[in-house]
Amino acid sequence: MIQQIIFIIVSVLALGMAGKQFLDIRNNILLGEDNPIDQKDSGQRWKNMFLVAFGQQKMFKRIVPALLHLFIYVAFLMTQIELIEIFIDGFLGVHRIFAEPLGGLYTFIISFIEILSVLALVATIIFIIRRNVLKLGRLHKPEMKGWPTNDANIILGLEIILISAIFTMNGTDVLLQELDPSHYPSTGNLAVSSWLGPMLFGSFDQGTLVILERIGWWAHILVVFAFLNYLPSSKHLHIILAFPNTFYAKLNSAGEMENMPTIMNEVKSMMAPEAAFTEDAGGEELPEFGAKDVLGLSWKNILDSYTCTECGRCTDNCPANLTGKKLSPRKIVMDVRDRAEMIGNNIKKQNKDCIASDSKSKTLSKENYDDGKSLFDWISKEELHACTTCNACVEACPVMIDPLDVILKMRRYEVLTLSEGPNELLSMYNAVEQSGAVWQMPNERDAWTKELNND
Amino acid sequence: MEYKVPSMAEMAAQSKTPEILFWVGCAGSFDARAQKVTRAFVKILNQANISFAILGNEESCTGDAARRAGNEFVFQMTALQNIEILNMYEVKKIVTACPHCFNTIKNEYPALGGNYDVVHHSQYLKELIDTGKIELNQEASTTVTYHDSCYLGRANGVYEAPREILESLKMDIKEMKRSRTKGLCCGAGGAQMFKEDEPGDKRINSERADEIIANGAETVVANCPFCITMLQDGLKEKESSVMVLDLAELIVNNKKW
Ligand code: SF4
Ligand code: SF4
Repeated sequence: MIQQIIFIIVSVLALGMAGKQFLDIRNNILLGEDNPIDQKDSGQRWKNMFLVAFGQQKMFKRIVPALLHLFIYVAFLMTQIELIEIFIDGFLGVHRIFAEPLGGLYTFIISFIEILSVLALVATIIFIIRRNVLKLGRLHKPEMKGWPTNDANIILGLEIILISAIFTMNGTDVLLQELDPSHYPSTGNLAVSSWLGPMLFGSFDQGTLVILERIGWWAHILVVFAFLNYLPSSKHLHIILAFPNTFYAKLNSAGEMENMPTIMNEVKSMMAPEAAFTEDAGGEELPEFGAKDVLGLSWKNILDSYTCTECGRCTDNCPANLTGKKLSPRKIVMDVRDRAEMIGNNIKKQNKDCIASDSKSKTLSKENYDDGKSLFDWISKEELHACTTCNACVEACPVMIDPLDVILKMRRYEVLTLSEGPNELLSMYNAVEQSGAVWQMPNERDAWTKELNND
Repeated sequence: MEYKVPSMAEMAAQSKTPEILFWVGCAGSFDARAQKVTRAFVKILNQANISFAILGNEESCTGDAARRAGNEFVFQMTALQNIEILNMYEVKKIVTACPHCFNTIKNEYPALGGNYDVVHHSQYLKELIDTGKIELNQEASTTVTYHDSCYLGRANGVYEAPREILESLKMDIKEMKRSRTKGLCCGAGGAQMFKEDEPGDKRINSERADEIIANGAETVVANCPFCITMLQDGLKEKESSVMVLDLAELIVNNKKW
């Protein structure tokens, strides 16, 4: 009875707290500009989600890490089934409610979870070694210092506790089924625990086994609750957000840059002056072009940043990063998340210092947010300028994140709103404007035809 | 034979419409190395008896580099001007030897009111070979490697057509480790061609040149005028004898006519 009450209180608290954090993330994502998603090709969107998020298609470019990751992922998915039972047991104060009604199927499901858990354990240990002993290059770039590396290790640690809990719970249960069959319904012959249990716990008396079983059971559910509450501040959010993120990923050619209709229309009216009169004459403030902050990005860019697994495949394939430039697409994505978190927190706390001075409203919202900072305080121009727009980062990302889009939007802000940017490019712009070519050329555009018949 | 390059204006004066418009691009028009590719491609078009024309002085930069540098005004100005002219001549099909022009006209001009059927010359050349319009010598027993440009490859998913041309030339393709979707950039895109590098350990074209040299092929085949410049510079710096050729040049070098 007491256990039941504690369970209910703990569950409500844990789920409530996690729910609140997920709502905050939703709000932070919606800090971005409303960018309607083209629904016409939703078939392709479902397909992307199914293949890339659920089927992990892009992970399989490298088979060994893909398989190891798959073990952890499938074990995670399957554990959710087990959780259903844990919840019902916890609320009703019963023990293994599905064991009897499901019979052989129950044995199969639990055995399946056990085998996956062993595989996941192996994978976890290999990942810990890879990250901390072998020090895989892409996991140790400057942006991974501190929290990101701890984050990864904490999760791997939780994973190990979870798996130990599962085997303690099942292993002791197997022994208790023989000692006290009325309280412990038979689970049948479990693939791992039926031999591991007696091996580890065979020498303990019934009292100790009962306690150990409870410890395993509680540890299991508490780790799950801890994980759920930890997720929102972790890179592991991708296990959820990979689904919407792949669904909403860009479908058009990767080479296409989004059009800017305001500028297009302005240029059109310049080219046809007679049409210009129809527009109301000047006076209004020029809109801000490009993105100065996450508020000028689209919600999809921010969703991208929350989905990032910080795996570094993007940076590993970035030609600029490979040749020692400061640019790292992973850092760009991580910076967007950090900045969105900061703005989101300030708005949540109604930090009055962040209300723009010219604002009439006294409540802080994304419309009047101004804390004197911008995304440019996180991402330097040097980084932005080094990008070749090669799309290698976009291609490499296992969850279809587009770091390039952020870079291009910030470049647009720099050039269009600040009228800055690399000086050397000015002569290219001038050449295009004045002579219609990227170089200022004295000769005719078809001069090359002259030699056609003598080379 | 005497090679001819009619312009749209000339054709229109005779009230003729060519089957395709050959979009030459800034590099193809002005860069000495890329001009050779332009001429090679025009020779092939002549040989295959294709009815084509160029815009000549009526062609302007597509605006690819300006747009990617962030300068949307310059992009819109040059792009809208091009579209006006293309629409005036009622152009339907465009072929270009530059993947940047290809990408911009194909993927970005539609939003500005320019809708055309756009193909890259590698796709077009493949078609000419497949339909028997050009005949090739198949004795070339050289080993080549192929450099995927970002804007033909990752941006537009064209990986096979250029390789199939190499196969129909009976060339041995020795792929680099970083090829197709994993192809390494030459370093020119996104307006990098027109500015200095940011501080780093090495230039990107130098990194690619190392990979090409390690690969051991005698020739590296490219599909983009900017890649050709970058790779050539990178290889020259290392005093390598590996040749950089465009697909059109390779065909002209192995022509059977
Ligand atoms: S698009 Fe830019 S950031 Fe992405 S890999 Fe290429 S150079 Fe790096
Ligand atoms: S953006 Fe994608 S590839 Fe880059 S670190 Fe994040 S998840 Fe990995």
